[in-house]
Amino acid sequence: MHYESPVREPLITGDKSYHDITVDVAKPIETNAPRSWWIAFSVALIAFLWGIGCILYTIGTGIGTWGLNKTVNWAWDITNFVWWVGIGHAGTLISAVLLLFRQKWRMSINRSAEAMTIFAVVQAALFPLIHMGRPWLAYYVFPIPNQFGSLWVNFNSPLLWDVFAISTYFSVSLVFWYVGLIPDFAMLRDRAINPIQKHIYKILSFGWGGKAKHWQRFEEVSLVLAGLATPLVLSVHTIVSMDFATSVIPGWHTTIFPPYFVAGAIFSGFAMVQTLLIIMRKMFKMEDYITIQHIEMMNIIIMVTGSIVGIAYITELFMAWYSGVEYEQYAFLNRATGPYWWAYWSMMTCNVFSPQFMWFKKLRTSIMFTFIISIVVNIGMWFERFVIIVTSLHRDYLPSSWTMFSPSFVDIGIFIGTIGFFFVLFLLYARSFPVIAQAELKTILKSSGENYKKIQEK
Amino acid sequence: MANKSKSVISVLFNDDDVMLKSIKPIREKGYNIREAYTPFPVHGLDHELGLARTRMAITAFIFGAIGLAVAIALTYYTMISDWPQNIGGKPSFSWGENMPAFVPIMFEMTVFFAAHLMVWTYFVRNGMYPGRKAMNPDPRTTDDMFMLEIEFDGGEDELRQLLKDQGAVEINLVEKAEEESPELEEAHA
Repeated sequence: MHYESPVREPLITGDKSYHDITVDVAKPIETNAPRSWWIAFSVALIAFLWGIGCILYTIGTGIGTWGLNKTVNWAWDITNFVWWVGIGHAGTLISAVLLLFRQKWRMSINRSAEAMTIFAVVQAALFPLIHMGRPWLAYYVFPIPNQFGSLWVNFNSPLLWDVFAISTYFSVSLVFWYVGLIPDFAMLRDRAINPIQKHIYKILSFGWGGKAKHWQRFEEVSLVLAGLATPLVLSVHTIVSMDFATSVIPGWHTTIFPPYFVAGAIFSGFAMVQTLLIIMRKMFKMEDYITIQHIEMMNIIIMVTGSIVGIAYITELFMAWYSGVEYEQYAFLNRATGPYWWAYWSMMTCNVFSPQFMWFKKLRTSIMFTFIISIVVNIGMWFERFVIIVTSLHRDYLPSSWTMFSPSFVDIGIFIGTIGFFFVLFLLYARSFPVIAQAELKTILKSSGENYKKIQEK
Repeated sequence: MANKSKSVISVLFNDDDVMLKSIKPIREKGYNIREAYTPFPVHGLDHELGLARTRMAITAFIFGAIGLAVAIALTYYTMISDWPQNIGGKPSFSWGENMPAFVPIMFEMTVFFAAHLMVWTYFVRNGMYPGRKAMNPDPRTTDDMFMLEIEFDGGEDELRQLLKDQGAVEINLVEKAEEESPELEEAHA
């Protein structure tokens, strides 16, 4: 009944019972934070506050505080936006696509990966909002009648598609996450001793009691949400890429963008999941649930998607040459050999070269090495967006308009601020939410738990 | 409150497989299992209890269709009917001609409606809302205990024996059948 091939490595190590899973998942919430948590939280909070300062300065003074100029009128803001949205993609991929493929190893990482998705999309959404200059008029992006002062929104525009895609993606990811959280909040509620804590989890758990009919509905709702989230996640980065692909700028106007962006998004997202989980499993001693095998699986995905991204880069170069269009050819030659050559080659090194180390089992099962590569990949993916955006813009149609872009301290401050904000949210989440989907994980204990597998083999 | 014509016993198991195996003999003896509380979705439990298939997926399909219709109506009204514009040399003459540009909106709205309204339906059908009192009578059923609530008419000892044989770890009488008591009737009236 609970049989799984002995060839498969156990997904839960150690001699665990159902109750042990409960205790282990509740531990970070019921005990005081380790010192490492406080250090990380303080650093993140300082970065976040610095970011708030820079955002307020931008809103108070104007977009002129950024390093933008007439030629490069889109730079770090959109780079950061695309970077953060891309990071979000891995969470949905883990929770939805791996659910549809019935990959059991997703269960101990999907909760945190989805949290990462939501927190990353929050950071992403900040950038278009700040870039509006007058964020209090942000409601203009929604279809509101002409009497409000603007015309109807333009449904032909990819920027508006983006509004719809990001709002749908954010809100659907949020309910997907929350539906899964409810049974685990109920577990915390039933364990809580402190009355305030009990009351908070009572509110959050919506009265969940684990009735048979409710579980039946829960499973169908999860499956349907996964089915909806899968095309949704692909659509989001497709639409983000159309912000560029539907324009006529050489270097942007390519049909390869949607799949290339989606692959890049999954690539960077998995790298961020690795960064977060490697820290978290250490900080909260979750090594029995987030095993080396989980890390290895994710490294393989990083390797595959990194190679897809590499093929996309090469295809882009080939198509530029093959098109015979001088402007297109120049755009790509300029990327590799022009004044931004260092950004291009950083991108190539970090994204195409570094994941190839994962072909070696020794390296992809090394925690330290994985951690380093995960950071390298995220730097590389940030450069990818920077290369696409800034190097395509900085050589305008008239050579007299050719410029360079250099970020102001506000550009840098806002970017660092969003990283801080992201980690503030994630660290708070790690201390107050069940970081592992314990109810789901209990369903595979008897088939994939180390102790149960040993009994099976006898 | 209606008079309870049947007593209810709650039985706890500490293993999902033991609980699952016990259901068939209990039901074969003619007892009605009123409810089961489990810490995680036990596969095959709905089948053993004879629960009907859930229609959550069907509601999602209907809500998705509504979302698609809303997106079509919205794009038609704003772009074609109310205020047609010539944007970038691409005039808005008919919805059909502009439709390719609306596909992303139609898709997003379909997903938005299907996902959110299905989850709302799920909450309503389950009777779940923020701050509701926990529905499970025993807090251990969200940890590692599996509970069945069984209705019976007299013959408590017989049922207890059956449950013990099936591997129950705890058996409690939770509701006693009420005799026809006129005082109570009046008190409620």
